[in-house]
Amino acid sequence: MNTSNIGASREAASAIYDFTIPALAPWSGLVKRGQVIRIVDLEGQQAVDTLFYRVDDFSERYSAQDTLRAQGSAYVVTGTTLLSNEGREMLTVTDNTGGAHDTSAGACSCESNTVRFGHHTKYMHACRENFLLEVSRHGMDKRDIVANINFFMNVPVEPDGRLAIVDGVSKPGDYVEMRAEMDVLCVISNCPQVNNPCNGFNPTPVRVLIFAS
Amino acid sequence: MSMTVNVSANTAAHIEQNRSRYLELKAAGQGSQRPLPPHTQRNGAALDASKITHREVIPGGWYWPVRIERGQTLRLLNVNATPGISVMIWNADDTSERYNAGDTVKVQWTAELRKGRVLFSDMGRVLASITEDTCGRHDTLVGGSTSKSNLEKYGDASLRNSRDNLMLAAGKYGLSRRDLAPAITFFAPVSTDAEGRFVWNEGVLQSGDFVDLRADMNLLIAVSNCPHPLAPAATYAPSDIEAIVFQAEPVQPDDLCRSLSAEASRGFENTDPLFR
Repeated sequence: MNTSNIGASREAASAIYDFTIPALAPWSGLVKRGQVIRIVDLEGQQAVDTLFYRVDDFSERYSAQDTLRAQGSAYVVTGTTLLSNEGREMLTVTDNTGGAHDTSAGACSCESNTVRFGHHTKYMHACRENFLLEVSRHGMDKRDIVANINFFMNVPVEPDGRLAIVDGVSKPGDYVEMRAEMDVLCVISNCPQVNNPCNGFNPTPVRVLIFAS
Repeated sequence: MSMTVNVSANTAAHIEQNRSRYLELKAAGQGSQRPLPPHTQRNGAALDASKITHREVIPGGWYWPVRIERGQTLRLLNVNATPGISVMIWNADDTSERYNAGDTVKVQWTAELRKGRVLFSDMGRVLASITEDTCGRHDTLVGGSTSKSNLEKYGDASLRNSRDNLMLAAGKYGLSRRDLAPAITFFAPVSTDAEGRFVWNEGVLQSGDFVDLRADMNLLIAVSNCPHPLAPAATYAPSDIEAIVFQAEPVQPDDLCRSLSAEASRGFENTDPLFR
């Protein structure tokens, strides 16, 4: 495992939290205002499906459409401000080596897998299974699962509207960093999908680090 | 490829198998199993007055919540080419199931939703079919207006906006902001340029444009008549629209929306068992 390239500005050893999410697994954690969360794609080409909720009121949450509308463009990149469904700033992307991240194509599910890949893929693990279990630990349910960010997932939207998940551009050790502008609960599904290229057809672990402000 | 990690020969074989299958699905999905139909003529698809069960004029800036049963169709008639009518949809029989913009564009391999395409729920089922459509230019990436977008654009956060309208319509069904998710805005000709910037395409919308949404499940629909946030007009001037509910024609074996793509067909295979 290559862990040398995990961020230019901060040493991993200075993190107040450091956890490797196994392949296929969910995770959630608290990021306080001013803290920085770094997500590292340890082996490259691994989609990290991510949602954010305001800690003191989970019904305020990340809004993909508010974020893209305010930004005027279709991908999450360095400088993108992640907005809530009330238009408030939740986090700012401060550093990124992993390409343009998708926030329009959503998370995979058993049900949509049947539509996309055939009914034989119904009983395969999926991101919304991870999300549902993880948000249930915080008193939330399926209604709370909204459009997420897919870090390290490459989904170009063509001028004619065509859209497809294509090979990821992230290399081993590529990372994205975000500074929290409010206290947020971060919920992640380390994507288990093997039917499209979002994980190089081979899901791998990712690492989450949180740094003090 | 950055396969710096050693994988077993067995895993490598699975990767290649899944990759080639994906590329086949992609080629089929981005091609066309059946030619995309032309847009509906603005003077076409005339309604039989005896099939109409309700007509509603939605004033500019306002919203309308409506329940539509499977087999009924909602026509949104853009009488004066107002730039954008935002819509959110729930399964009336279980409102935790709702319109899923990501699945809709992802499984159909396109953000270009037009006649022949369908709108998916988060449960792999088809909520509604676009059975007629005169302009074929709708947006489900950017979403509707908000108080913030109205403030930025018109200098007035108090103007009515789609986000609050959809919240109000949801509220009339007893739903809350937890039940809102990315919406679709009809009559919003937004595309994405080569750098990923959103572009509004002027000159597309015309008075009398309409889109027909056939309910393939029992639906709660929220309709908001507010300008799309990217619409270029500097003044806020949404015009009245008309919403018409009518009994759809019985679905035929060669139904366009059921057979346009393998994905849509599978979506209906997931939907129909609810109604047997």
